[in-house]
Amino acid sequence: MGQEKVLFIVFAVIAIASALNILLQRNPLYSALSLIGTLLALSALYVTLRAEFIAAVQIVVYAGAIMVLFIFVIMLLNVPKDQPQVEKQKGLRYLAIPFAGLMIAEMFYVLRPIRLSTLPPVPSGNAEQAVGTTWSIGTSLFTDYLLPFEVTSVLILMAVVGAMVLARREGD
Amino acid sequence: MVPLSWYLGLSALLFTIGAVGVFIKRNAITIFLSIELMLNAVNLTFVSLSGFFGDVGGQLFVFIVMTVAAAEAAVGLAIIISIFRNRESLNVDEVDTLKL
Amino acid sequence: MTNLLLEWVIKTIVILLILVTAVAYATLMERKVMAWIQMRVGPNRVGLGKFRLWGLMQPLADGLKMIFKEDIVPLQASHWLYIVAPALSLIPALMTFIVIPYGSQITLFDHTIELHVTRLNVGLLYVLALTSVGVYGIVLAGWSSNNKYSLMGGLRSSAQMISYELALGLSIVSVLLYTGTLDLVEIVEGQQGFHGLAWNIFHYPLLILVFIIFYIASLAETNRTPFDLPEADSELVAGYHTEYSSMKFVMFQMAEYLNLITASSISTTLFFGGWNGPFVGRLPLLGPVYFTVKVFVLIFLAMWIRYTVPRFRYDQLMRFGWKFLLPAAIVNIIISSTVILFMR
Repeated sequence: MGQEKVLFIVFAVIAIASALNILLQRNPLYSALSLIGTLLALSALYVTLRAEFIAAVQIVVYAGAIMVLFIFVIMLLNVPKDQPQVEKQKGLRYLAIPFAGLMIAEMFYVLRPIRLSTLPPVPSGNAEQAVGTTWSIGTSLFTDYLLPFEVTSVLILMAVVGAMVLARREGD
Repeated sequence: MVPLSWYLGLSALLFTIGAVGVFIKRNAITIFLSIELMLNAVNLTFVSLSGFFGDVGGQLFVFIVMTVAAAEAAVGLAIIISIFRNRESLNVDEVDTLKL
Repeated sequence: MTNLLLEWVIKTIVILLILVTAVAYATLMERKVMAWIQMRVGPNRVGLGKFRLWGLMQPLADGLKMIFKEDIVPLQASHWLYIVAPALSLIPALMTFIVIPYGSQITLFDHTIELHVTRLNVGLLYVLALTSVGVYGIVLAGWSSNNKYSLMGGLRSSAQMISYELALGLSIVSVLLYTGTLDLVEIVEGQQGFHGLAWNIFHYPLLILVFIIFYIASLAETNRTPFDLPEADSELVAGYHTEYSSMKFVMFQMAEYLNLITASSISTTLFFGGWNGPFVGRLPLLGPVYFTVKVFVLIFLAMWIRYTVPRFRYDQLMRFGWKFLLPAAIVNIIISSTVILFMR
């Protein structure tokens, strides 16, 4: 079935185009919006990988909270547009681009012998507890991986306290 | 069916674009955005390997990575705000002395 | 495969048509409810030609008026963002309606049609994700208008929305503990029984506290009074939609009413049994009727609250969201899990 390949290609192209747009835009607000586009395309790719919980959580946490924080900061600081780049060594691009092409070709060569091309079948009769559903992540998170979960709660507490202390004005 | 190598290749490409962004750009916030792009590329690797091998640990790690990225974004943006308040500029080339 | 696609397309078109009509008549309902609460009669003259029709054609007149207004784009505004922002607000508001179940199953021309467009097994997370994305329309509208009042209104509005999203999500977790599934279709099907009256709020009476928290949080999410400081007319010169006119303004208004309908639909699905009611097993078409009545009652409740209660000031609003509603939602999760522990 070519449908899955078509879906993958569509979302991959959106992801790469948005990622390139981050670098090509001079206004940081448009870069942030392009990153949101990449995040949404990646979320769609997670759904094709049957990781639906992570896809939804990516939109809620990354695209819905972290990027809103970025956009708030960009708007409150009124970040100016970037000035055009001054290239310090002119001839370097003629060395860099062939090398980059070589490395990308090497990457394709390394990845080609990977034979895995189908997702493992969903265990029949237990589709609600397959890998990637909320059930599987919930049970693993609170039984096998409880320690990382508790440690992340301490990490978030540290981040909240740190952000409040760092962003405070003098004399508050 | 989409082979695993396609997902890994896409992830490598996104990671590279993020790394190039960290090198080229001089605006602190755009550098930060490129770092987030790199984190997302790695998330894609984890999720694709987790899907193809049937291990939920990959997706759990993605969950933790997202939490860490949120914490890092909060603290990093607070640092950027305090730098901006002191120097009135977000150009990382100008933040090169310890003295104000 | 094409059969499935055709079914989706037809269901989506039907739901879209019903929603657009519902939004138009929600504006009329709002004005009528406001009028009767304020001891006067609302719009009752617009009819068709000679027939007065009790003002039922008022939304049509309003829509036509809005279309004929001049479409202004401020000179210094970021052109592309200014035009896209209303769409960014409207699209997530419309997208939530594809996961809500409107009924069980009806048989039409030898086809069994399920009365929900899709069935996601993370349906509730999908709705939360869409409310998170809906913030962008507002914050970008405020920014791209290049106007101090719009920017302040947009930032305040979006800060309010992301703060109350937390209480919203945590109160949904309380319900999730009882239902055991994120799939909205399964949540509604789990509320069948007792002749269709085994709604979650009767089966687990402590859910009334959760419903109150959920409803207050959703009123704040949809920027309705008493939480509508960022867009109130006398406060911030209409906030983030100050610079918008004509159809873009209509899109913002539509998005606001659609968000209200979404919040009421999700409340009905989670707490009040969705399409369940007496005799639904025998007459499946009663399902959508019950659903509509329940959503209507909740929308009326929101409008009633709007014209009874004064507005919160912005700092009172944020304090209420973070210092009262969020701890209350967490306490409710603890209560719910204790109840379930003792029930099993």
